[in-house]
Amino acid sequence: METINILYIGRHLEILATVVRLINANANANWNGVGVMNDEEAKEIFLRKDFSLVLLGSGIQEQSEADLCKFFINHNPNISIVQHYGGGSGLLKSEILLGLYNNKN
Amino acid sequence: MENTDKISDGVITHHVLHKSNTRGHANHGWLESYHTFSFANYQNRERMNFGVLRVLNDDRVSQGMGFGKHPHDNMEIISIPLEGDLEHQDSMGNTTVIKEGDIQAMSAGTGIFHSEYNKNKDQLVKFLQIWIYPNEKNVTPRYDQITLDLNDRHNKLQQILSPNPEDEGVWIHQDAWFHIGKFENNFSTLYELKKPGNGIYAFVLKGDFTLGNISLNERDGLGIWDTNTIKITANSANAEILLMEVPMQL
Repeated sequence: METINILYIGRHLEILATVVRLINANANANWNGVGVMNDEEAKEIFLRKDFSLVLLGSGIQEQSEADLCKFFINHNPNISIVQHYGGGSGLLKSEILLGLYNNKN
Repeated sequence: MENTDKISDGVITHHVLHKSNTRGHANHGWLESYHTFSFANYQNRERMNFGVLRVLNDDRVSQGMGFGKHPHDNMEIISIPLEGDLEHQDSMGNTTVIKEGDIQAMSAGTGIFHSEYNKNKDQLVKFLQIWIYPNEKNVTPRYDQITLDLNDRHNKLQQILSPNPEDEGVWIHQDAWFHIGKFENNFSTLYELKKPGNGIYAFVLKGDFTLGNISLNERDGLGIWDTNTIKITANSANAEILLMEVPMQL
């Protein structure tokens, strides 16, 4: 099964750790979550790895979000970028599945 | 009883009906939950949200059990206990108990951690967990809870939530208004939406109702939009309904 790489960006360390742990706990779906807190690190890792989905988490300001989205789309026009709400709890799976579905269709 | 002659029958044209037995269901032993919208392992692309209303979970938590410490961000989270007592702790230093007749609101904003446990060792706790997308991201986290006067919802709609700190009920970062009414059989009233463009999601807590031309039973949900007023009629004694007026645009 193909590994689906998911990049999570958020400014809250504990939430970041929770979200990445929850992504990687979905072993059946073969999801591989990577989390970063700052934009430069996000851009750098995005260029190194083939991501299917980017999750934008808490604390990212508007300008930063716009710059990140522009950068990701410039380098991969097919990337799905999804706003993650809720800090990793009940919505995470919905957001990822919907993002991946929209990517395919 | 209110004079229903003054209330038009207003056929509802734009609506979505969620019968109670079509909701997602999860039984984790300690937690039994019915999900109106996609949540956790319940995934249904037809049921993602109603406007900014994203989560409506009807939860029953076993004696002494509960949700351990977990995070939230950028979400307005409302809990309404229906039976029993729920013990709340959070990363802002709050340790409280909410009970039937109370309402709790949290703005998760930049991030919070909290836990919710059934305080009692001899009684289930039943409560509604409601999540609303905020109208502003990354706000400072905040917590609020109030005790409502249960007599103030007898044959009237009691406001329990609004966008305004000075208004009745708790407040959240969204142009949303919640009301609860407990009606005698055949009692009718009219709800007038507060903000043009908003929709309303009705959830029957107890008994039977007719909204416009649509019949609802216990735990049914009905989302309505493109209307300014809704006629609500109770079809059973002590019928209880929660109305959630919310923006339709995310």
